[in-house]
Amino acid sequence: QITPFCSQGDEDFRENREKENRGKRRNGERDKKKRENGRRKRSSKSVSEPETSEEDDNEEDGNNDGEVRPELLSPEELERLKEAVDEKKKLIQSLRGKPWPMKQKLVTLRESQQFVEKYEGALGKGKGRKLYAYKVMMTKKWMKFQRDFENFKTACIPWEMKIKEIESHFGSSVASYFIFLRWMYGINMILFGLTFGLVMVPEALMGRPYGSIPRKTVPRAEEASAMDFAVLWDSGGYAQYSVLFYGYYNNQRAIGWFKFRMPLSYFLVGVGTVAYSYMVVIRTMARNANESGIGDDNSFNFSWKTFTSWDYLIGNPETADNKFASITTSFKEAILEEQESRKDDNIHLTRFLRVLANFLVLCCLAGSGYLIYFVVRRSQKFALEGLENHTWWERNEVNMVMSLLGMFCPMLFDVISTLENYHPRVALQWQLGRIFALFLGNLYTFIIALMDAINLKRKEEKVVKYNITMWEASFYNGTGSENSTAPPITIHPADVPRGPCWETMVGQEFVRLIISDTMTTYITLLIGDFLRAVLVRFLNHCWCWDLEAGFPSYSEFDVSGNVLGLIFNQGMIWMGAFYAPCLPALNLLRLHVSMYLQCWAVMCCNVPQERVFKASGSNNFYMAMLLVILFLSTLPAIYTIVTIPPSFDCGPFSGKNRMFDVIQETLESDFPAWFSKVFSYASNPGLVLPFILLMVLAIYYLQSTSKSYKEANIELKKKLQMVTHNSENFVIFLLCSFDLILIAQKRILFTQDGICLILQY
Amino acid sequence: MGNKQTIFTDEQLDAYQDCTFFTRKEILRLHSRYHELAPHLVPMDYTNEPDCKLPLALIVDMPELKENPFRNRIVESFSEDGMGNLSFNEFVDMFSVLSEMAPRELKAIYAFKIYDFNVDNYLCKEDLEKTLNRLTKEELTPEEVELVCEKTIEEADLDGDNKLSYADFENMISRAPDFLSTFHIRI
Repeated sequence: QITPFCSQGDEDFRENREKENRGKRRNGERDKKKRENGRRKRSSKSVSEPETSEEDDNEEDGNNDGEVRPELLSPEELERLKEAVDEKKKLIQSLRGKPWPMKQKLVTLRESQQFVEKYEGALGKGKGRKLYAYKVMMTKKWMKFQRDFENFKTACIPWEMKIKEIESHFGSSVASYFIFLRWMYGINMILFGLTFGLVMVPEALMGRPYGSIPRKTVPRAEEASAMDFAVLWDSGGYAQYSVLFYGYYNNQRAIGWFKFRMPLSYFLVGVGTVAYSYMVVIRTMARNANESGIGDDNSFNFSWKTFTSWDYLIGNPETADNKFASITTSFKEAILEEQESRKDDNIHLTRFLRVLANFLVLCCLAGSGYLIYFVVRRSQKFALEGLENHTWWERNEVNMVMSLLGMFCPMLFDVISTLENYHPRVALQWQLGRIFALFLGNLYTFIIALMDAINLKRKEEKVVKYNITMWEASFYNGTGSENSTAPPITIHPADVPRGPCWETMVGQEFVRLIISDTMTTYITLLIGDFLRAVLVRFLNHCWCWDLEAGFPSYSEFDVSGNVLGLIFNQGMIWMGAFYAPCLPALNLLRLHVSMYLQCWAVMCCNVPQERVFKASGSNNFYMAMLLVILFLSTLPAIYTIVTIPPSFDCGPFSGKNRMFDVIQETLESDFPAWFSKVFSYASNPGLVLPFILLMVLAIYYLQSTSKSYKEANIELKKKLQMVTHNSENFVIFLLCSFDLILIAQKRILFTQDGICLILQY
Repeated sequence: MGNKQTIFTDEQLDAYQDCTFFTRKEILRLHSRYHELAPHLVPMDYTNEPDCKLPLALIVDMPELKENPFRNRIVESFSEDGMGNLSFNEFVDMFSVLSEMAPRELKAIYAFKIYDFNVDNYLCKEDLEKTLNRLTKEELTPEEVELVCEKTIEEADLDGDNKLSYADFENMISRAPDFLSTFHIRI
């Protein structure tokens, strides 16, 4: 009874030897089973056609070998067997990436699975191997779970079909906008989950109810109009005194029956949203950089044009025609450039025009900046006088002016850029840069004006604080003198005087800005795209020229402008989310509506672009912009948090000197004494500074190694080209250099990843 | 699967998921697309692996491929007989390679096959001319085509045999910034 088992191990041993000399040796005396196993092994190892005819026999084997007793195998053989099983497993893992026909893949898969099952069972038997069996079972379960999870995840990704439809109609560049929008939606979903789950809901459920304390009550003077739609739309009235804004939160250290640390949670969520955003953006950038090849050199101009210019996603005749045309032009341009260096007709005129254009653009930027500053100052004057006696326009001037500037200035830039006569791709970059500058300028003017407003409010607050102490004193004195024995009369919270809450004011400003921005976007979409398309379509029958082909025609989808709009919108969310926890929710709503509205608009009123630009490569360009905006928008938010003391009577940090004091407070009261001591040592500048220095050095080191690898890479490439022209037997060298280049590239990527990781901290 | 008609057994679905970049749902969708192409030929029940092939003419009529200038080549490169008759297995294989998840190396192998019109494992001048004429709908003059072909070979040919081997092609395509985003069909 022992012999078959020994032969089993023996066989495996031989198999491995056979593998070593590539199946040249074949013993005639072996029984059929051995041969089959050998063959099976080879068929999956070397890429030969598997023999399907003997499958039935294999099945039989499975039954016979089921009772292999591995304790009879020597440890060496066991090790081999394990190795073979692992190899098979690896094969199964990598099967999908193999360039074989499907049939072969399926057969190999089935055979490998059978092999693994059979021998894994054998290895798992006997005592001492229970752990192995357990591990195998767990990996199996884990794989299954992973696959189910993967299926679930893809089922959860929304709008796949919508995007596919757009892709086939407009090519990958327009679709890239919608993919970006969806990505943004995902991020906002997380931000919303954080603020909603950890700040808004706990406060609403466990905090003191509405009307219990002054900061949670609408003041007497505003009570009459607190439910008016106009006031609510302006985020005043009941909206202002709700969980939606900073001022509503109480500074009670722990709320509810399980002592939820509200102020701490508020602070950490504020920091967490920013940290999460940084992490996601940088990680996505690193991944994009890995994926999109190292295509910065221009040495394969024609080859790339030939082999990668067709967009396989296109499935719409009109887009395909446009694509054919644009490919032809790009070839012709490249040929022209190749044949002769560009002829410059009247260089002086072009130069003059370009300088003029830039001058005009600068004027526009300065003008728009001044306009916003002017309007914001004026609105502060109105606010001091009281908003009630002003018209709707005067109340909403700031937001409207900002939105209108954002709408019309890009058009102006477009007109100006025709003066410059750049190559379209260069022109697009200039246009993007200018719009970026415009948006940034506007945003920062707005912030500076807001800072002024904050200072005003703080002055006002001082006066109010003084008045309140006077008021309280007089109040108690008054009651005290009449009858000293009666308990102090309770005052309704709505009647208590209170300070201007600058934090809520900032939050309100941002909410208003977002709402008006959203409205302008939608209205522009409806008028600029939909109405235009309708007019062109129906007036075309009774017009003196061809409207569809001539002047107004249908609009194209403006990818870059839309992406920029999205990026800046996100910047505003990051900036304002600390003072208005409702902002992520609002943004989520906006993005959701945008998705449907823009999908509909692009399918029904836009025409495919005539010049289709590359979508990829610019992906990271947009991401870089997002990162810049993220940085610039967290800057003012952090500045206000760190330098300005919070209002004395509203918000979770009231009564503290600075907002971040909440951390220290928690350390002192919720952690043991030694912990706060350790923390205070760790935050000592003597320790922090060397740490920062170390990080800077590490970045510098990685940067320089990455640079040297890059140089080595270029050097190798040069050598490669030289050798191919000179040497006869270059093939060996070729292979070596390919390997070297590959290694060098991997190292570069690795170091880049390292830098990203460090930057994340 | 409740009272729904079973198209595949669970084992088959698992096997397909192991061999392709698709999820369960996508495989079922692929089957329904394949079925739509010829409802009277393709059975709904695939549990016993019926042997059924669809001719090239039917497949290139799919909206995903219809506008593609290389549609015939795509289908031919994935068919076992090289004539463009696809079984369901090969059909799945085709869209798996063209899916978003497929790695660059795998895509490059099949891209090479697609552009290799005369199936001699090299991209020679003839192949390049055909590629160019399809890309531009023959709008370029013969001299221009000639020039582009020469330049392409000059750029990418590392071993100096005046035609592109797979190694040359792979080296060139691995640096192309657009290859991954454009060599991709969403199903």
